[in-house]
Amino acid sequence: MSFQTALFWFFSAILVFAALRVVISRNPVHAVLWLVLAFFTAAAHWLMLQAEFLAIVLVLVYVGAVMVLFLFVVMMLDVNFDALRKQFRSYVPVGATVGILVLIEMALTLWGGRLGVTLPSGANPVDAGSNTKALGSLVYTEYVYPFELAAVILLVAIIAAIALTHRKRSKTKYQNPAEQVKVRARDRLRVLNLPSEKKET
Amino acid sequence: MSFASLPTLSHYLVLGAILFAISIVGIFLNRRNVIILLMAIELMLLAVNMNFIAFSSFMGDMAGQVFVFFILTVAAAESAIGLAILVLLFRNIGSIDVEDIDHLKG
Repeated sequence: MSFQTALFWFFSAILVFAALRVVISRNPVHAVLWLVLAFFTAAAHWLMLQAEFLAIVLVLVYVGAVMVLFLFVVMMLDVNFDALRKQFRSYVPVGATVGILVLIEMALTLWGGRLGVTLPSGANPVDAGSNTKALGSLVYTEYVYPFELAAVILLVAIIAAIALTHRKRSKTKYQNPAEQVKVRARDRLRVLNLPSEKKET
Repeated sequence: MSFASLPTLSHYLVLGAILFAISIVGIFLNRRNVIILLMAIELMLLAVNMNFIAFSSFMGDMAGQVFVFFILTVAAAESAIGLAILVLLFRNIGSIDVEDIDHLKG
């Protein structure tokens, strides 16, 4: 067995075990940490498939930002997890059955030999100097429109996340120029007609 | 399946299928817990990305990796908004149980 094959099985075993522990964990912090391990192992797989830019992006962006965000949220929310897991056992038979069925169906379809479909045998990675260069030469020329759209999506996500969770502090005073301009004189001033007092002489 | 040969495309595709199936099982088992549901969705996206990269590597076509680039972008955006909604939900009803989100129930 070559070193690459051994690495493949080693990383696959860790990946599948970590994914299982994510969905079975009793403690949400543990679940997030197992998910982090799963992502690291997937990045190792992608490194072996010679997609090193995406492997590093997975670790930097997904683990470094998204999983840290998950950890923050899990730590901030004081959730009673035991109440949520009361019915865990009753869901296991149906869940396991569905999962195994889905897996068998997908494995039958994807294991090409069964259906007479020939899949490419050896790895044919694109040879363009480096994976980053090959990716960049495509993203900025042929896929530049989706690239700009992805940037717009990220902008919308930022605005949405801030707009959703921003809390106004009701005690701060601020000016509203539209309101200030709309004011009319009779809203601020009332002229009364009072007879002047006669002085007792 | 021979354990000694180099991993073929089918090996990677079945690995992606296993991750996807685990994520579906996770959604079944944790259907009341919004945080674990979000994490199961991230696992699903990981499975799909694994498929794309395996195809891209074995067929020598970079389009698969370009698509994974965009999937990662969209997944990050969706996680951010999903977690913002989760935080807001917890702020308003004090629980992350799906059963407690029943304001529109008849």
